[in-house]
Amino acid sequence: MINKIVRSVAEALDGVRDGALVLVGGFGAVGQSNQLLEGLIETGVRDLTIVANNAGYGNVGLARLLKLERVSKIICSFPRIAGSTTFEELYKANKIALELVPQGTLAERIRAAGAGIPAFYTATGVGTELAKGKKSAEFDGKTYLLETALKGDIALIEAWKADRWGNLTYRQSGRNFNPIMATAARTTIVQSQHIAELGELDPETIVTPGIFVERVVHIPHGDPQG
Amino acid sequence: MSAETQGKQQLSYIPLDRTGLARRVAADIPEGWVVNLGIGVPTLVADYVPADREVIFHSENGVLGIGPKPPEDQIERWLINAGKQYVTLRSGGSYFHHADSFAMIRGGHLDLCVLGAFEVSETGDIANWTTLSTETAPAVGGAMDLAVGAQRLWVVMEHVTKDGRPRLVQKCSYPLTAPQAVKRVYTNLATFDITQDGFKLLDMVPGLTLTELQAVTEGRIIC
Repeated sequence: MINKIVRSVAEALDGVRDGALVLVGGFGAVGQSNQLLEGLIETGVRDLTIVANNAGYGNVGLARLLKLERVSKIICSFPRIAGSTTFEELYKANKIALELVPQGTLAERIRAAGAGIPAFYTATGVGTELAKGKKSAEFDGKTYLLETALKGDIALIEAWKADRWGNLTYRQSGRNFNPIMATAARTTIVQSQHIAELGELDPETIVTPGIFVERVVHIPHGDPQG
Repeated sequence: MSAETQGKQQLSYIPLDRTGLARRVAADIPEGWVVNLGIGVPTLVADYVPADREVIFHSENGVLGIGPKPPEDQIERWLINAGKQYVTLRSGGSYFHHADSFAMIRGGHLDLCVLGAFEVSETGDIANWTTLSTETAPAVGGAMDLAVGAQRLWVVMEHVTKDGRPRLVQKCSYPLTAPQAVKRVYTNLATFDITQDGFKLLDMVPGLTLTELQAVTEGRIIC
């Protein structure tokens, strides 16, 4: 019997190493895998590279991981923490490296990694400071930048419902980066608000098929706080 | 002294306030368009599109068909826009993931994007982020994608900076978000189309003269 559901956050995060590249879903306070991130803090791993749209929010999860200086680099489109100056302080003190990526390029680099596409061309960023050092090419008389896939060692995902095969659904704007990050990591780890019996999730509404998921832990934490 | 303060105290014209500016932009959005609104005054534009005119609002974080702000007691904590404000979903609305959201943007499926900016050049360059501050890290969000991907880009901004310098310029001093991307600019003093010949004046606030407008605009105004 296939059963991807594990009993604890510690079990879900087993084997995560120093220096890992971690894809962290969520946008604002919504769809954040905060309990997995708190668990990651507990494991003591450091020197992490984090891929996330924002630098966390408030003083929990990713924001706390940053504050504890466990992250050496962040790959991010909007490196701000609502209600906190933690990121600015680390950045000013040169304690964290930042790779700034336009939000759509970030999403597509993750999607490409999940689909086995090593690189792609995009018009975003042409003629800006973010084009520096990137290869470009012309198609039909227009210039495009070459961007590379962004594959994670692990992805930390928040879902609304999950079953033991790892099939997932999401809630409203909690979907955001979660489904694409789930496809793009060697080990995809999910915290889910609800656990469904196999067959209970409507196949027409499953957003992430279980093939993309390795581990699921049940965390009924309630509404996003923030 | 800001243009706004001057206007109130001694000038013959009244610059538009944030609400007036949002109302001015909303008047130009026709039924049927799919529109992404940036943070700040652009977000307010949605409030001034008449309810009987069907315009579909898109948000980068995977929402199409955004409705009005919810009353305090009906907030749904799972439903936010790209500015992280609580929103509602209209009938017909949908949710999707970030790659689909930016496929809508980069694939040219949006009719319009409205962004704020620090500066717009007479060739339509937009600058709405900065790498100059030593206090805060640079941030771009989805602006670069929106600027090149939407069918048209309109910019909403104050006509001059807090210390009175023009924001409509010959060449941007801030780092670019995208070159040659802006089609139209709405300021608190006037509306312009970006044309091959420069800033083409469409309208200006009552009581303002062309000479006064040119004095606070770098680059030539064409009538």
